[in-house]
Amino acid sequence: MKGRPGLYTSYAQDTAFLNTRPKRAWTGALVVFALLLPFAVTDDLLMLLATGFVAAIGAIGLNIVTGYAGQVSLGHAFFLAIGAYTGAALSGDPDGRVLGFGVTELPVWLLASGLVAGLAGLVVAPIAARLRGLYLAIVTLGLVFLGEHVFREWTSLTGGPGVGRPAAVPELFGVRLDRASAFFTGPQQLYLLMFVLLVIFGVLARNLVRSRIGRAFAAVRDRDLAAAVIGVDLTRYKALAFAVSSFYAGVAGSLLFVVNGFFDPGSFGLLLSVQYIAMVLIGGAGTISGAVMGALFITLLPRITRELPTVLPFISADATGGISVFQVEAVLYGLLLVVFLIVEPRGLFGIWVRVRNYWRTWPFSY
Amino acid sequence: MSEFVQSMLRGLGSGSIYALLALGFVIIYKSTRVISFAQPAFMLAGAVLVSYLAADIGFFAAVPVAAVLIAVLALGVERTVLRPMIGKPVFVVAIITIGVDVVVRVVTNSFIGLDVRQVGDPWGLSTVTLLGVDVQQRYLVMFATTAVVVAVLFAFFRFSRIGLAMRAVAYDQEVALAQGISVGSVFALSWAIAGGLAALAGVFVATGAGVDQQLWVIALKALPAIILGGLDSLGGAVVGGLAVGVVESLVGTYQGDVAPWLGPNFALVAPYVLMLVVLLVRPYGLFGSKEVERV
Repeated sequence: MKGRPGLYTSYAQDTAFLNTRPKRAWTGALVVFALLLPFAVTDDLLMLLATGFVAAIGAIGLNIVTGYAGQVSLGHAFFLAIGAYTGAALSGDPDGRVLGFGVTELPVWLLASGLVAGLAGLVVAPIAARLRGLYLAIVTLGLVFLGEHVFREWTSLTGGPGVGRPAAVPELFGVRLDRASAFFTGPQQLYLLMFVLLVIFGVLARNLVRSRIGRAFAAVRDRDLAAAVIGVDLTRYKALAFAVSSFYAGVAGSLLFVVNGFFDPGSFGLLLSVQYIAMVLIGGAGTISGAVMGALFITLLPRITRELPTVLPFISADATGGISVFQVEAVLYGLLLVVFLIVEPRGLFGIWVRVRNYWRTWPFSY
Repeated sequence: MSEFVQSMLRGLGSGSIYALLALGFVIIYKSTRVISFAQPAFMLAGAVLVSYLAADIGFFAAVPVAAVLIAVLALGVERTVLRPMIGKPVFVVAIITIGVDVVVRVVTNSFIGLDVRQVGDPWGLSTVTLLGVDVQQRYLVMFATTAVVVAVLFAFFRFSRIGLAMRAVAYDQEVALAQGISVGSVFALSWAIAGGLAALAGVFVATGAGVDQQLWVIALKALPAIILGGLDSLGGAVVGGLAVGVVESLVGTYQGDVAPWLGPNFALVAPYVLMLVVLLVRPYGLFGSKEVERV
């Protein structure tokens, strides 16, 4: 309808991918901005942002199972680990110190990591579908501990604790993306790669959650009994949510350490799971863009606190005297979680919605 | 045989630590329907507090004083952080307790430093011969103290007026409120009890080994214990805690010979395997009550 952008005349219009004109404009602007960014900022920040994009893929995955389907999972680190080791083993050096098959082509190991982690999710799903609420949370927590043990002991795959192994090799059509090419530096290429992947997986997730399956997830979340009554097969949809979420975790896991190039089995502890939960909750549960915002926020947080000593002189930059920056970081992390959940339960996405609603009727207050 | 008895006693000793922690989790869960992930921090704080107090007032005075102080701390946390969250989804509240846990732990860690602090307990690693088997004294003390504490707690819930109020709140908060019970004070009290129990458990963990920054990890072993016993069963928490301790100890003793392919530290994760196996058969734990569903 011309001049009435808020008026929907069909259901399809309401559930469209980008259902309002400002949303289309904003999304387009944001994508252009992100694509131009690598030419404006330094390489170390780009690497951080690339890690943030990967974390965002993982957070979207957790959001599908926890935010949309309402099944609280503290086991995300376990699936991230499966993805990371599948990717690293597939693309690893066949003659190296640790297991490797030499399949360096990125799409191959990326999909394989996702599929293997997704299968692991499917294996866990029958147990998970029987449990609810906090029982589920603690059982998935148990998965993390079991996984940690397995990866610590399986040294031919993981290199063992404290030693680690090289991460997956990002090679696309024979070009190593982590090395500088004729036009770009390595970090610039990785940044663009991660951004493109984030857009792909973000669009896929958005399409999934606005489909019949996504509506079934939401029904299970809001009241599983009511969902069962209207004909949603609970076991099937819970299993599906776990499988899709684990697939995303696997993809993210395989990419997570590409930027650093090295990782050890100690990286996949409870802390990582809690970090992803924090991304989802601080970003806004049950929204794709919220998960992306939360992931970028959590990834950039250490960088922000590193800058604190220059502003607040009573915080020291090393671990010795007074309040160190590491303590501030850990405390800030906990405090942010608490403050966000109490003050803004809808997270960063909720803040964005409020800003948007304020300007929608500007300069009138209603 | 003596190896088996030793392993059992060791398991019962460390199991009573898990039982104390698990009781704290279950008491909070029963009254507020929330799992408090702040228990590890309270446990660590309790042990650190004793390590400071014991130098001045002696170990036996320091333990109750620390338990009371940590109980007050837990009560304060409940009043300030958790009370505004009443009525919010349980998962959100649980995550908030993780935030509390991180904050309390970081503050406590700055009092520990890099060294291992001693709590000044009189037992250390010395042993006593019991029925022809050498047993570390500390395990006997842990088991005996836990038995007394559990008995007192159960008597408190069964016979005192406040205990009755707590049971009423656990049964139905709204009905309890309608009977004139202050549900808020019951919440606060259950946090305080859980804090005190965690502090006591922290001291026990630290006897013989000392306090370091990694002590809190022990508290996570109480999680399989509460799931094993059932989230809302006090008896289940005790049984679950002891079971976790015994399984861990027995696996640690025999797994190296029986199943070496599981890796050297398998005992540490054995409780989680036990938990998964039990949950496959009974999704609400051994003694947990099944959720009643009404359409």
